[in-house]
Amino acid sequence: MTEENRVPLLEARNIVKTFGSLRANDDVNLTIMPGEIHAFLGENGAGKSTLVKMIYGALQPTSGQFFWKGRQVMPASPSVARHLGIGMVFQHFSLFDSLTVAENIALAMPGPHDLAALSGRIAQVSASYGLPIVPSAMVGDLSVGERQRIEIIRCLLQEPQLLIMDEPTSVLTPQEADQLFVVLKRLAAEGCSVLYISHRLEEVKALCDTATILRHGKVAANVDPRRETAASLARLMVGADIHAIRPRSDGGKTGTPRLAMKHLSLAGDGAFSVALTDINLIVNAGEIVAIAGVAGNGQGELFDAVSGERLVAPGMLLLDGVALGRTSITGRRKAGAAFVPEERLGHGAVPTLTLSQNMFLSRHAVDPALVSSGLLDNSGALAAADRIIKAFDVRKGKPDPEARALSGGNLQKYVVGRELELKPKLLVINQPTWGVDAGAAASIRQALIDLAQAGSAVLVISQDLDEIFEVADRVAVISRGHLSEARPAQDVSREEIGLLMAGAHEAGSHEQAGSADHAA
Amino acid sequence: MNRLGVLIMRLEKRPERSAAMALASPFMALAMTVVTAAAIFALRGNNPFIALYVYFVEPLTALWSVEQLLVKASPLILIGAGLAVAYRANIWNIGAEGQLTAGAILAGAVPVFFTQWQSPLTLAVMIVLGIVGGMLWAAIPALLRNRFNANEILTSLMLVYVVQLMLDYLVRGPWRDPQGFNFPKSVTFADWQLLPYLTPGIHAGVLVSILLALLLGFMVSRTIKGFEITVSGLSPRAARFAGFSEKRTVLFCMMLSGGLAGLAGAFEISSVVGQLQPQISPGYGFAAIIVAFLGRLNPVGVIFAGLLLALSYIGGEAVQTALQIPDKITRVIQGILLFYILACDTLINYRVVFAAPVGGRT
Repeated sequence: MTEENRVPLLEARNIVKTFGSLRANDDVNLTIMPGEIHAFLGENGAGKSTLVKMIYGALQPTSGQFFWKGRQVMPASPSVARHLGIGMVFQHFSLFDSLTVAENIALAMPGPHDLAALSGRIAQVSASYGLPIVPSAMVGDLSVGERQRIEIIRCLLQEPQLLIMDEPTSVLTPQEADQLFVVLKRLAAEGCSVLYISHRLEEVKALCDTATILRHGKVAANVDPRRETAASLARLMVGADIHAIRPRSDGGKTGTPRLAMKHLSLAGDGAFSVALTDINLIVNAGEIVAIAGVAGNGQGELFDAVSGERLVAPGMLLLDGVALGRTSITGRRKAGAAFVPEERLGHGAVPTLTLSQNMFLSRHAVDPALVSSGLLDNSGALAAADRIIKAFDVRKGKPDPEARALSGGNLQKYVVGRELELKPKLLVINQPTWGVDAGAAASIRQALIDLAQAGSAVLVISQDLDEIFEVADRVAVISRGHLSEARPAQDVSREEIGLLMAGAHEAGSHEQAGSADHAA
Repeated sequence: MNRLGVLIMRLEKRPERSAAMALASPFMALAMTVVTAAAIFALRGNNPFIALYVYFVEPLTALWSVEQLLVKASPLILIGAGLAVAYRANIWNIGAEGQLTAGAILAGAVPVFFTQWQSPLTLAVMIVLGIVGGMLWAAIPALLRNRFNANEILTSLMLVYVVQLMLDYLVRGPWRDPQGFNFPKSVTFADWQLLPYLTPGIHAGVLVSILLALLLGFMVSRTIKGFEITVSGLSPRAARFAGFSEKRTVLFCMMLSGGLAGLAGAFEISSVVGQLQPQISPGYGFAAIIVAFLGRLNPVGVIFAGLLLALSYIGGEAVQTALQIPDKITRVIQGILLFYILACDTLINYRVVFAAPVGGRT
């Protein structure tokens, strides 16, 4: 990059975007130079997604201009943006479950395609950037982490000059994230700029050349993240010090065994589903046990088995000593359990129903204030939804919106709040803070700790090691459907967990170890 | 950077579904149907205004034809309300015509075998058997789907033709009226084998249909069962999370819609038709599919949609007698209406955007 060539790749000048009375972007300026990795920071609702959607052509600004390589442009649609050379990897993927990887990518490419040739190019890009994916795999059978790779490869195939990444590492293990950073740095070295949206301040410091911080729709600062601390960046984001997690006041005293899995095995449910093999784990009253692991190693299957969405032999699963393996999810809720699945939209909540209607989803059998003798109490549901919205500071555009109208973090606060309000004896939660901003993540983690301290058993399935070490009393690791022995969190290092994630506790593991070597 | 210039009009997903458009869509579809019908009449050489008047307006100007309208709407409302509930759950029962026929056969067996039995119980037994017949016939596709994952659209549709041939065989063979001059008809029903009449033209089934539709409307909007059905259709994964069994929902929705179709069959043979014969319905079971969509998959909306579709039958007869237009026009207009309603429904979740000329192209 020569000095005379310092024309910005993309410049946003005085961008304003209003939704009704809300100024989502208020006079925002952003300059991205060629070949730089530019961090874009801000809390949920700060207006990051709004600006990014305008750059990508999915929204149009109310006023303001964009300049691409010095010339004024107005991306009217994503296809125009792609044509300019802008690629985007969304936080929520838009993939068809029933199509293969190659078919999904073909759908996003202009013009007709020879699938065989495209599969070849996918394999080539996937190998050269270290993003392993099988072009013929069915998307519905893939984990979130694997789906993200599809989206990245889809963008790379179009040889973009600007790649927008919306919270890419929120679904990755440290090793996977390191791999991604190698990819991004290589892209930047080749001259492709990256606009990197994240909540993880440490990785922003490690990866990014410059950072723009947005707060309440306005640019709060432009800084060099390498010269900041995580705390100073966080302060710029929230405008105040982030609420630190309160450690338990009782020093982690735990009670009797509450949830027990005994030799739990479950056959795979489809070609790419993971079989669970001989899982043994006890979660005591008053403790948080975390299950770490790389995406797609049986976390979803384990959640389904514990929640009762898939049934196992009666004695494989006990709650307070009662065999519940063949009891439905409703029966387990009646026994005092509550569940928060990984996917918020379409699993934990129905996208097109309102928040109050979604109250019935998990509480119809256990909350007499919502349903009595088969009749729905809509005002009871509205009141309950309102309580949760207030208690968890769920931000929304209008009263009682549809679930899909909420941002990821706010919907997660709602879903978690819906389960926590009933003070369950056992809470099972899969990826509690995926895609949730720092402030919301802290309040969700605090709520989990408070629940355990109040005597409940909490089982957290997470890929986020920071989160695990923040909340867990004991840690186990899942790898290809095998669960390691749970060990006290203070006695185990990240390196040990990394090895277990790679399958060190399994007999005869090779593939997983291979991919971990690659990362190391 | 070619191609892009021609993308002047496009569909853009709305952030939330538009309630206003959900209500407006049937009216837009109806308006377009009327315009298309006028074009068809004009192409045939008829004065389109006269034809439209005869088809859509005249039937509403005489008492007897209004009564006819209610009588014809009754089976459409009954079946349409059941189908609306099933379709909400994404369970596509296309075989209501067959379930209607199965109900008619089982109900008709009572007068056929016990010709002399006359008591209020006779009618009650006929009605119960009608419901049972429809349920049993609908249970077959339900079980095939639950057991073998067989597509209920195909199985329920194919079973229509099976049961219609069974009825044909029965009235031409074993169940034929011995005193019927070899016509393919059963004995003529009488007294307690027939429904009571509220007015000379309107039988009690009309009232029952409307009441049942209202009841289903209540079930859908206010009960946990209705919530279960709605969630099963909107998001099967979330339904499983809620603890709602997919198989149970399939069976419930098929049996409910089948039972109501069977009830409509029992009502038809014990009122308008008065006996069993090869054809007992002018395609009510299929027209009710349109009724369900036109009524926004809401059993209360189905009442109005049923009246409109009934008008399409009566209007078809009217233009046949008055203007010598073949009554096949009824099916054509019903088909066009369904086509437009499905097209207009796109606008509930999408809006049309007229994109400005694309700027910034090199």
